Amino acid sequence: MLASFAAAVSLIGTFDPEVIRILLLSLAVSGSAVLIGCVIGLPLGALVAVARFPGRQAVTVLLNAFMGLPAVVVGLIVYLLLSRSGPLGGLGLLFTPTAMVIAQTMLVTPLIAALTRQVIEDSDRELGESLRSLRLSRWQQARTLLFDARFSLVVAVLAAFGRAVSEVGAVLLVGGNIAGHTRTVTTAISLETQKGDLPLALALGILLIAVVIAVNAATTGVRAFSMRRYG
Amino acid sequence: MGVTVTLRDIRFRPDGRTVLDGVNAVVGPKGITAIAGPNGAGKSVLLRIIDGLLTADSGSVEFQGTGARPVRRAFVFQKPGLIRASTAENAALALLPMKLPRQEAARRVEEALAHVGLAGRAGDPARKLSGGEQQRLALARALLTEPDLLLLDEPTASLDPNATEEVERLVAQVAAGGTKVILVSHNLAQVARLARDLILLTEGRVAEQGSARALLTNPQTPEARAYLKGEMPWLSYPAAAC
Repeated sequence: MLASFAAAVSLIGTFDPEVIRILLLSLAVSGSAVLIGCVIGLPLGALVAVARFPGRQAVTVLLNAFMGLPAVVVGLIVYLLLSRSGPLGGLGLLFTPTAMVIAQTMLVTPLIAALTRQVIEDSDRELGESLRSLRLSRWQQARTLLFDARFSLVVAVLAAFGRAVSEVGAVLLVGGNIAGHTRTVTTAISLETQKGDLPLALALGILLIAVVIAVNAATTGVRAFSMRRYG
Repeated sequence: MGVTVTLRDIRFRPDGRTVLDGVNAVVGPKGITAIAGPNGAGKSVLLRIIDGLLTADSGSVEFQGTGARPVRRAFVFQKPGLIRASTAENAALALLPMKLPRQEAARRVEEALAHVGLAGRAGDPARKLSGGEQQRLALARALLTEPDLLLLDEPTASLDPNATEEVERLVAQVAAGGTKVILVSHNLAQVARLARDLILLTEGRVAEQGSARALLTNPQTPEARAYLKGEMPWLSYPAAAC
């Protein structure tokens, strides 16, 4: 056990190329998925919060329910869509990083949208009447509230990044865990543990936790500074 | 020429609870008209109905004085409703619906902030301004919409006397410039200082309406007399509370 840990630290300390490649792919895939998830989920959540339309309650329930979508089910759906016989099979995306981004985007978008809806609804309770009195359109209200709540929404983005970077089911199914091509931190940990290569699995695990802590610390710091500045 | 507001039999009963019970009043085009009355009389709700933020269950609000052009209304709330952004960005929110070129919008914001004495605070975070400055910013934001009718819901309720004086001075200036102002206020001294006319609401109805000076010094109805004496016999309290 201690020997494995020492070997893991050595792998990290020597900037083992395989470890670095796997880590960078994980960050690229999850980062891209969260970015796309933000582009879709933030305005979607904000609009659901400020708009009044028939079926709004149902949309809210669906968004909340999809927050907990099982990663492996999302992987299966994307797999079926992208497989050779699937409707998007012609694109040849299965077992590529792009497929992994698609799967993780499907996973994190409802999470971002649902958390955004909650945050913006609270903000709307405080500011909505003022914005409506200024005759802002629903979209302008949503945009303004998103801007106002930007520091609180960091939490939604962090939660999405945490979910994406730590999931294994979806990327394993649609990426195939191909060495040097679609192997991410989580799929590599799973594989290496089964193979008994604990040092590599531990090294990746330590790095993953370190990255998550670093991202959280940096964003929390920026959020605290901004909250102090803007009140 | 200011805007005349005619309120006809306005009723509002959210969840079966009567808030406004047939309000009839004509708000003249000149100066400041105050709406006063005890808590729960429906003053703020009536102001929101005039603005269009709430819709009455029945009755109508009619505006005259702007010809064929729709009446532009602006609202200043007791809480200024500022976003986490700079003073200038908060003021600029009022211009979003107009889709002005960036430079023109910046020029108007600068002018509006200067008008309310916040010229040097444009880049400061709005929520870090003092209470009085925040309310002046809210006023500047409302005025950027170039309203025909300015609706104020207890805008100085949480301000100290100096900040209150500043806001009152600006409101009087706006009214003198020809904008019709309707002010909801609990502060009868403020009503006396600012208002030309007064509508006294009790239990969702107009108890008395007329010149503010006459109503404050010589009320005609028992409800108005009781309110001004600080007695509100129309409010019934649970026995345990007495």
